[in-house]
Amino acid sequence: MEHYTYKIRDIAKRLFKEKKIDIFIGYEKGTNPFFPRPVLISRIEDVDRLVWNSNCGLNLCNYLTGRKEKIGIVANGCTSRSIVNHILENQITRDQLYIVGIPCTGILDHRRIQAAVNDKEVFEIKESTDSFKVVGKDFEEEFIKEDYLQENCVTCTHPNPVIYDEMVADPVPSRAERPVYEDVEEIESMPIEKRRFHIQKLIKDCIRCYACRNVCPLCYCPTCFVDERIPYFGKSIDPTDTLTFHVLRAFHCAGRCTDCGACERVCPVAIPIRIFIKKLNKEAFEIFSWEAGLSLEQKPLLTAYRKDDYDEFL
Amino acid sequence: MSEWNPNIVAFLCNWCSYGAADLAGVSRLQYPPYFKIIRVPCSSRVDARFVLAAFRNGADAVWISGCHPGDCHYIEGNYYARRRFILLKRLLEFIGIEPERLFLSWISSAEGTKFAEVANMIAAKVKELGPSNFFIKKRAEVS
Repeated sequence: MEHYTYKIRDIAKRLFKEKKIDIFIGYEKGTNPFFPRPVLISRIEDVDRLVWNSNCGLNLCNYLTGRKEKIGIVANGCTSRSIVNHILENQITRDQLYIVGIPCTGILDHRRIQAAVNDKEVFEIKESTDSFKVVGKDFEEEFIKEDYLQENCVTCTHPNPVIYDEMVADPVPSRAERPVYEDVEEIESMPIEKRRFHIQKLIKDCIRCYACRNVCPLCYCPTCFVDERIPYFGKSIDPTDTLTFHVLRAFHCAGRCTDCGACERVCPVAIPIRIFIKKLNKEAFEIFSWEAGLSLEQKPLLTAYRKDDYDEFL
Repeated sequence: MSEWNPNIVAFLCNWCSYGAADLAGVSRLQYPPYFKIIRVPCSSRVDARFVLAAFRNGADAVWISGCHPGDCHYIEGNYYARRRFILLKRLLEFIGIEPERLFLSWISSAEGTKFAEVANMIAAKVKELGPSNFFIKKRAEVS
């Protein structure tokens, strides 16, 4: 992954020199090796702070909303699809952006790695092509990358950016032919009572910190529905309130979610939040053959219609 | 003991289904009295939040009704509502709300008889299902 980093720095330097961009959005080394920090760079001297590795799982598109400058941005498959969404929803224009495309080989699941090293403190993660070394105080362990990918990366259909101005390396093959929804189907097949119980159990730990909402590139409403007075959806951790929050947030992402997995990554209590949005993605794919953020020409799912849409209601 | 009657919230579009309810009334057609009708400008005005708010406050079913596709007063409102509704219905089914608690129908203002028929059909279905006991926000009793 080192060569990605150097290539990104070279490109950023060149863009600043040619005055093509005002700021560059990328990742820098964070205090925790599992969470590289998103960084907005505005001076050429700072370019060497940029990095890329397999822990860069936050969606940088989140920082584009409503910006007026010319922006260079690092984007792998899911981020680029979120950018397409942003352009379609008029949050940014294509001319403002210089997209540095990353052929993504998957993001690592920090929870499973932490568990694999018995929750010992990790100082550094050293990556090579197919494996990575976890380094901490008095220990060093090597793992195969393929075994520790995030769940959404295992079934990723678009690891390569769908729009870009320049790629840092050659495209990588996608890991799945078409969207895979095994976990959704498993819940669907349960009888209704069991399904209720199962869903309640999934979200029972939720502390309503809204980290999932804040990290989501789709959640850019000035006032979120949970902060509104009318209609008022409780802010407590009552099971119905929590379920309302998750259901409605998922519904607001219907036909827009690119399954980047950032929400699940940042959740402090490891709720599989993606399951709700995945259900909607599945329905959107089955009923409307829709996958979000693939083309700049297509109108978003819920702002368009066809006269022969699904129409069997009564 | 008196018979249990469901609580059904109906979002009717001003231009078609609300007119149909009116027509059903003046034609003296029989339909159950426990529909709480809320008049909305268009079926696409019905936000997912309204539906969830209804369920949270103890509605046993929610019924959305608008103009026939192609006849929308705002040209295309019900087409959008249709796409949104099917996704919402599938999602609510997924979390454990029975699909028989959420209805969408197209009734024009001339179809008073159809309105009464659909209302009777929905009432019968919901009655068979029984009271909703999920997704209700329990509140402290305040006298």
